[in-house]
Amino acid sequence: MAQFSLPQNSKITTGRTWDKPATAHGELAEFKVYRWDPDTGANPRVDTYYVDRGDCGPMVLDALIWIKNKVDPTLTFRRSCREGICGSCAMNIDGGNTLACTKGIDECGSGAVKIYPLPHMPVIKDLVPDLTRFYAQHASIQPWLKTETAQPEKEWRQSREDREKLDGLYECILCACCSTACPSYWWNGDKFLGPAVLLQAYRWLIDSRDESTGERLDELEDPFRLYRCHTIMNCANTCPKGLNPAKAIAEIKKMMVERRV
Amino acid sequence: MADVKVPAQRHAFARPLSPHLQIYRWSWTMAMSIFHRVTGVALYLGTALVVWWLVALATGPSAYETARWAMTSLVGRLILFGYTWAVFHHMLGGLRHFVWDFGAAFERGPRMALAKATLAGSLALTVITWVVGYAVR
Repeated sequence: MAQFSLPQNSKITTGRTWDKPATAHGELAEFKVYRWDPDTGANPRVDTYYVDRGDCGPMVLDALIWIKNKVDPTLTFRRSCREGICGSCAMNIDGGNTLACTKGIDECGSGAVKIYPLPHMPVIKDLVPDLTRFYAQHASIQPWLKTETAQPEKEWRQSREDREKLDGLYECILCACCSTACPSYWWNGDKFLGPAVLLQAYRWLIDSRDESTGERLDELEDPFRLYRCHTIMNCANTCPKGLNPAKAIAEIKKMMVERRV
Repeated sequence: MADVKVPAQRHAFARPLSPHLQIYRWSWTMAMSIFHRVTGVALYLGTALVVWWLVALATGPSAYETARWAMTSLVGRLILFGYTWAVFHHMLGGLRHFVWDFGAAFERGPRMALAKATLAGSLALTVITWVVGYAVR
């Protein structure tokens, strides 16, 4: 049964408001950022920071780095490539999951920019969620080419048309924005695989070179793993790469029906 | 594929759960999904009303008069109006899922338009039904 409220230890308290920069080169932007310190164990809080837009890059990630460098070095978040390909800086910004590095500060609504970790996940520290289960679920769909015929001398060949079937799927960077935006994954994340992993599953199901389609479908034929998807569409609404996991899941459901007739 | 096992974590304090419903921005598709669930539950209650009406009809004039009185009272009519909306909303929601079952209307424009049309259509059908109902009475 879904629990709609947060557990006692997760309820958010009012945090600290950090000083505005003494001298500013441009306008000040207000940021409200979720904080949780594993060393004290106190309840999470939301801190307020003021960022000098004249001294800071245009993206939300720039602002977080600016805060960490100039205001509060204890602020903790993941980041790496700063160009939307590694998926590390996935977080909830302005009410939606996205990558901090590709989300412009100007794209956020008026008022303070609110930043939380990816929703309904265990928090390791501040904006860093524990993705262990997410990765284990990805591994569970066996995301590699499975074949039975003898290995060809060179590469496994694929026609241009068959290769095009992977477009819109292979671009997934496994940032977990979609899965953690999905209410079904919030309530049943222990059994439902979630949109990201199901999109990956479909990527292997329709790969013309893969020879394990039947077994892959058998593994997904389950009231929870696949069928907890109720087409809420938060996944497609939020994907920072513009992919459509909901459609991939619908295609898997179609494959399930088609193999029965 | 064995069920997914996650190794036990060792840390001093229980990790908090990050906020979800509390902070997530609502979208039309998310709202209509919840409405579909809520109206589905409402249909159970509405069906109970229909059963009551049928049982009263079979029982006799005095039982039927009680049911008729309750259902034509102001509160009764408000409940029936809500039930009418629940029927139409859930029906249109079902048709929306039927379209999706063919793999159609998943792109941003169509999916948002379908969600809005579900609400607008159900409200319109409800009002039309009641206007027609009163007109032919």
